[in-house]
Amino acid sequence: MGECGLSTAGRTTRPRAVPELHVPHSRVGVSALCPCSQEPSPDNEGALHSSFCQLIEEQSSLVAGPSALLPSLDPIASTGLEPEQGEQHPGYATTLRILANMPSRTIGRSRGAIISQYYNRTARLRRRSSRPSLQQLNRTARPSLRQFDLESDPAHATLADKQSLLAKELLSLPPAQRSQVLMEVPLSLEEKRSLRMPSLCPHPPQGCRTLWYRFLALVHAAQPWHYALKQISGRFGSSVLSYFLFLKTLLLFNIISFLLLLVFVVALQAAYPPAVASPPPFTGLELLTGVGSFTHSLLYYGYYSNTTLNDPSASSPSGSTSPSRATQLPYNMPLAYMFTIGASFFATCILLMYSMYHSFLKSYRVGSSTGVLAIKIFSAWDFKVVQRHSVKLQSENICTQLKELLAEQRLRSCPLSLPQRLRHITVLLLAWLLALGTVLGCVVAVYYFSEHMHTVSTQEGVLLALPLIVSLLNTLMPHFYNLLAAWEKQDSPAAEVYVAILVLGLLCYQWLSRRLICSCWETCVGQDLYRFVVMDFIFTLLDTGFGELLWRLILEKKLKSKRRPEFDIAQNVLELIYGQTLTWLGVLFAPLLPAVQVLKLLLLFYIKKTSLMQNCQSPSKPWQASHMSTVFITLLFFPSFLGAAIFVSYTIWWEKPSETCGPFRGLQTIYQTPKVWVELLEESNPNIAWFSWIPQYLVENTVFLFFLSGIVLAVIYFNIQVLRGQRRIICLLEEQIANEGEDKKFLIQKIHSIYDRKVPRGKCWGSAGMESHCAPLLRAGAGGWE
Amino acid sequence: MGNKQTIFTPEQLDAYQDCTFFTRKEILRLFYRYRDLAPQLVPLDYTSKPNVTLPYELIGSMPELKDNPFRQRIAEVFSESGDGNMTLDDFLDMFSVLSEMAPRDLKAYYAFKIYDFNNDDYICKSDLEKTVNKLTRNELTPEEVSLACEKVIYEADLDNDGKLSLEDFQHMIIRAPDFLSTFHIRI
Repeated sequence: MGECGLSTAGRTTRPRAVPELHVPHSRVGVSALCPCSQEPSPDNEGALHSSFCQLIEEQSSLVAGPSALLPSLDPIASTGLEPEQGEQHPGYATTLRILANMPSRTIGRSRGAIISQYYNRTARLRRRSSRPSLQQLNRTARPSLRQFDLESDPAHATLADKQSLLAKELLSLPPAQRSQVLMEVPLSLEEKRSLRMPSLCPHPPQGCRTLWYRFLALVHAAQPWHYALKQISGRFGSSVLSYFLFLKTLLLFNIISFLLLLVFVVALQAAYPPAVASPPPFTGLELLTGVGSFTHSLLYYGYYSNTTLNDPSASSPSGSTSPSRATQLPYNMPLAYMFTIGASFFATCILLMYSMYHSFLKSYRVGSSTGVLAIKIFSAWDFKVVQRHSVKLQSENICTQLKELLAEQRLRSCPLSLPQRLRHITVLLLAWLLALGTVLGCVVAVYYFSEHMHTVSTQEGVLLALPLIVSLLNTLMPHFYNLLAAWEKQDSPAAEVYVAILVLGLLCYQWLSRRLICSCWETCVGQDLYRFVVMDFIFTLLDTGFGELLWRLILEKKLKSKRRPEFDIAQNVLELIYGQTLTWLGVLFAPLLPAVQVLKLLLLFYIKKTSLMQNCQSPSKPWQASHMSTVFITLLFFPSFLGAAIFVSYTIWWEKPSETCGPFRGLQTIYQTPKVWVELLEESNPNIAWFSWIPQYLVENTVFLFFLSGIVLAVIYFNIQVLRGQRRIICLLEEQIANEGEDKKFLIQKIHSIYDRKVPRGKCWGSAGMESHCAPLLRAGAGGWE
Repeated sequence: MGNKQTIFTPEQLDAYQDCTFFTRKEILRLFYRYRDLAPQLVPLDYTSKPNVTLPYELIGSMPELKDNPFRQRIAEVFSESGDGNMTLDDFLDMFSVLSEMAPRDLKAYYAFKIYDFNNDDYICKSDLEKTVNKLTRNELTPEEVSLACEKVIYEADLDNDGKLSLEDFQHMIIRAPDFLSTFHIRI
């Protein structure tokens, strides 16, 4: 056992393996150890003792002044060693210095240790095994030293050797992985360059790398708002920044949907406009209501034709096709419409799941959730905040939070008495009932109001009433919930989203049941959704104006207070989620709705940023930015996107499209379109009859779907079990680390007890004393070699 | 994007791109930021690898660092000589580690070095006390500071030696999901 600890400091003698002296399993307490059976034989003990003795002599001659005790003596003394041993033993300081040279301790400082650690990692990377193979784990779960071949162990090579070893390993990796390893090694840039040098020689695929870097540079250059975001984070920190980053993510989703729809549906329909009656003149009200001149435009479903565009068989009977049209590509508009909507939903789904995966990766905690104070101290300071006043506020916040945490830990020792607990429970229950009651109340109110609206004559301005009421509710409810949260001293921002989602669910049901009233019901639904989107934008502006601007003016002028309103992150993010749900619901009925949403988000960014800079102050409540970002993106996926996807799927599979307008008129359901197309294909070319096999046996076959779901569930279950196993391994490893600490203490005690028996106390611990006492032992020890 | 810049050779730029998390454009932008701190000291031509070091006072006066309570430690950790005076390599290294793309382990390694005020490879109680005082601008009472430090060591010290080693620190940081977003400077 001593060999490992002694190896890094240049030892002169190399004792052969000492089989009898093995480290007793650390689960056995020190006191329980029977000295007679576990004690090594005098010969071997002498060998160990003499080599250690020499080592200490070397170390103490290297280090200035063996009498100077390390300042960190106290913590060691407090961790269980007997006090008189710790304080009085003169060799203690050098023992500690030797311990400080052990490989596990030098990773923070010694470049050699870093390089060997990364050598091991790179070698594992090359062998492509990220987890240790099962054969390597012994039953004792504790690696035996005899596994390590000390001769060829790279940890014992010199620094230059280690560097060349690592450089060689890097050479054998593919360039992308090599670059990744280089970027992650915690060495200085100079050393990284020297590690990189040998791998430069064979560089035929240089062109690929430079192309890749240029592509990356372009992608980074396309990042808009870099300075705006820097300004925001400099003054308000990561928490407010997370709102703007969320806005950017939504913008990306909408741009992708919009581009898909533009290229495959809108542009082509615009090139071949159907014959419509002349539209009514444009009045400004159309921008708000979406009816009038907008009704028969590219904005809505009703405009799109249900024929094949540019069909060569439909050309003029005279047969004189103009020679300038070289190719006539027929374009099946209904098919394109359905598939493009499907593709945009699929692309959004993939992107959402990828974002969720990344968020979870960064913010998921494996293991216990203790250590709150330590985590707070080391990760609370937001390095992004640079403005002087915000820095001061941040210090004050951290101070308050630390005081609260310290007070909480003191309070935890005295639990609440029974009446206090009862009071706490009643408050919670009341708050819950109130929240639930208001949600139901809102839903019922909206239901009755919309029923009433449909019986009233539809004048244009009146159409805006329903969206107005819904947006008003969506704006006022969060303020009410904030009050409730302040009362019951808990916040759950997810409660606010349930109001919005329930209201939207109700409205969806209403739209589908309204088919009988409107002649071209898809366009009607599209118009409704357009109005909702526009109203949502107007109300967001009003909320910003009243909530932030007006409130700041009131605080400054009337109440003469220095405080400014704070930016309510949760409410704003939930408004964004609500707006995005509306867009996703409406994509089928109004293909240009993503474009409207893109415009809305762009305007919102600048307006919110300006209002933030002028009116708000930095947040004073602690806000776990990564955790909340994960919550928000999950909320975006789970009720919002999935709900919209279910609604659209239901409409495609079950609802009968209107007879008079749109690309699917005349069909039983929208889903019939590809079936009709496949039948046409079969008629024209009987060889591809197998193509119709796919929808019949794969998509519509319930057995196949069950099978697929079963596989997905099995994969999820497997991953859950793997995660559970990893948690248990973490617990075991933590125990091992604690036990290693015990081992070291045991060894130090043992060595000192050996010394005390061999070298009586009071003798001077100088090199002279060493020689006179160690020489006979050396001889005795040397006798033990051969 | 053509090779119109004459500050670095293409090999130097490739090396920077391989060893840091920055793209070419960001490296050039950082070079100009570095140069703006002292235009008379920093030449516009780095192809001959000049040995230029900017003193700590200039680095610490950057808007991104000037109000950060740990700016001195940051400069000391990333400078080659350990005294806070930085070459361009140190400067790029610093902002690369503090950028968004750096992985958690790398950030944890450097954060550990930053919080280790006495450079003894352990965060002991005195280091923690200095950290807490810098975080709160000395607003907490000494008893509270001492209590907080003891609790931190109790929570995070795994091998019971009374101070935090790098492994203890990294183990604790894994349980702090906000660390990645707070240990980040936008440049």
